[in-house]
Amino acid sequence: MSIDEEIEIMGQRLHSKIKNIFGRSLSIREVDAGSCNGCEVEVNALSNPIYDMERFGIHIVASPRHADMLLVTGPVSRNMELALLKTYNATPQPILVAAMGACACNGGIFGNTYASGGGVDKFVPVDVFIPGCPPRPQAVIFGIMLAIDKLEQKISKREVVV
Amino acid sequence: MKEELDTTHIMDPVQIIRKEFASQIISETVSNNEVYFSVKKDSVVEICNYIYSHLDGQLITMFATDQRKTDGYFTVKYVFSMEGIDKFIIIQIEIEAEKTQFRSITHKIPAANWYEREIQDMFGLVPKRHPDPRRLVMFEDWPEDQYPLRKDFDINSKPPRVEGTYDYKKVEGEGIYEIAVGPVHAGVIEPGHFRFSVAGEPIINLEIRHFYTHKGIEKQFENISIDKAVFLAERVSGDNSVAHAVAFCQAIEKIASVDIPKCAKYVRTVLLELERLYNHVSDIGGIATDVGFAVGSAHAGILKEKLMQLNEHVTGSRLLRGMVMIGGVRRDVKDISDLSTRLSLLEQEFRDLIDFLIETPSLVDRIETTGIIHNDIARALHVVGPTGRASGIDYDVRRNHPYAAYPQINFDVPVRNDEDVYARTVVRSDEVLQSFSIIQQALQLLESIADADMIVDVGDIPSGCALGYTEAPRGETIYWVMMGDGKIERCKLRDPSYCNWPAIEYAVLDNIVPDFPLINKSFSLSYSGNDM
Repeated sequence: MSIDEEIEIMGQRLHSKIKNIFGRSLSIREVDAGSCNGCEVEVNALSNPIYDMERFGIHIVASPRHADMLLVTGPVSRNMELALLKTYNATPQPILVAAMGACACNGGIFGNTYASGGGVDKFVPVDVFIPGCPPRPQAVIFGIMLAIDKLEQKISKREVVV
Repeated sequence: MKEELDTTHIMDPVQIIRKEFASQIISETVSNNEVYFSVKKDSVVEICNYIYSHLDGQLITMFATDQRKTDGYFTVKYVFSMEGIDKFIIIQIEIEAEKTQFRSITHKIPAANWYEREIQDMFGLVPKRHPDPRRLVMFEDWPEDQYPLRKDFDINSKPPRVEGTYDYKKVEGEGIYEIAVGPVHAGVIEPGHFRFSVAGEPIINLEIRHFYTHKGIEKQFENISIDKAVFLAERVSGDNSVAHAVAFCQAIEKIASVDIPKCAKYVRTVLLELERLYNHVSDIGGIATDVGFAVGSAHAGILKEKLMQLNEHVTGSRLLRGMVMIGGVRRDVKDISDLSTRLSLLEQEFRDLIDFLIETPSLVDRIETTGIIHNDIARALHVVGPTGRASGIDYDVRRNHPYAAYPQINFDVPVRNDEDVYARTVVRSDEVLQSFSIIQQALQLLESIADADMIVDVGDIPSGCALGYTEAPRGETIYWVMMGDGKIERCKLRDPSYCNWPAIEYAVLDNIVPDFPLINKSFSLSYSGNDM
């Protein structure tokens, strides 16, 4: 299957999920918590005309206050820890958090050191982990779909008030 | 083959230094193209300044090492690249364990500014009379007596946060106000803090505060095996993976006195240029994005994606990772003629794109005379890469200090003198065309020696130190590695962004705030590579 076909099929599934839960679109704020920039290259790729994730209802927003989901990359460096927490606290509930990339998942090659926090879930609750170094754009879309399923579960268990 | 530079009329700078400073030089070591002068501590300002102002030496990196355990002292090393010859002069001083001070050279050589502050934070060695001795890498909440790169600092320790302040420069006057941006930005980019002082629209002052993504990479190098270290080098600056990995491997191969197979050199060259292609196309597209020219940006986005898919086709990784290894490369490049045809098609697409962009007056209007960085400032700060070349600095590591297959390949180094965003865009576009040609030449060379070895066994790495260097898409990338007992004792890395960030503070002056993203994009700098 070509990349175009792959994206089309996944995108349509994603689109219907987003429509079901969010009505219109899923707003994502990306937070780089010390990544090497590899993950940002792939998140940006999702906005190019070949993937064009806006057509599936995914919207990257400029402020956490407009976001449904935080897409966090990097192992959470000591110097970014506070900024991540502030961003998390500025995001309205219910928040979805996706940890994108090997270092966001568990620190990756940077480990858990004086400067590297060893993964996003040590600082904020994470709903889905998207492995890869960096994850391909298809993997990011797949991860976002899993996160939306989680929100569905949260709502049905009445963990959050909608 | 390129013409050899005629250097017969110039006296060898190494001999000049020997003669001029005979009484101050304690010892001298030569290995490959690196000459190490151990000098008396008090003469360092004079010698460095002489190399900088009389011999046209550029300070390309500067760092400290902690050798207290073996030798009883710290060292500080100043690495100079010499104009016109493929040599590096390294001046080093010893600092006794209990005297943690050395003389600052920043007032003579502005490029030393961040290096000295970094040494202060990471080693606790204080540059005396530094004009701006604030914290750089470690923030104000880092305790006073902890120095991460000292050997007795445990990498896994987590010192508590302490109270502290960081003072930004204040610009005062009627109607002047501050705009603070970051570290979390509105777009999908890396974190950093920019503080503008503006009077209406024009920028009066910009202060950049970085190192938010400091991950302790140099310390991590000392704590992992040498094979894993290549993976770490690939992840210093995500989109310059090959340039970092090759620079690191070259340093190790130099220490081990290993010459890698020809085939591996050709493959490395192909990878290095594929990396330049997708980065430069992305940066050129970014210029279109930042002036709000959506059509141009979309076209560039498509071309970049095609290049990244080509990367994946050739190497299995969209960011070309996992190919470079110590001693060579992991795999051959398959289907050379197919790859060559694909590249020719992409080259044509690129030519169409650049014609389209450069013929659009609304784009050119925004980028001409915007974000000028004058040649003298660029030289003083040692601005590298396309940004330096757009300000008239005719320096490219591929030509000045050749490595991989570049000595066998014909290429030009585009240089311009208009110093603005336009110049940087055109330099990048000219470099893209050169890259296409370099890859085609390297593929031909590769085809001529099919089925040869891709890697040579390096064996145990002996103790010693060496420089590795590449011309990354962003410019000169330097690694200095010291090995001891088969382990990495010290790995100093310097991403091109480290040199270029301070230059932005000058480039934005008198420009309007909305042009800042454009100027920033035209520099195209890495935060992660800078912060390490």
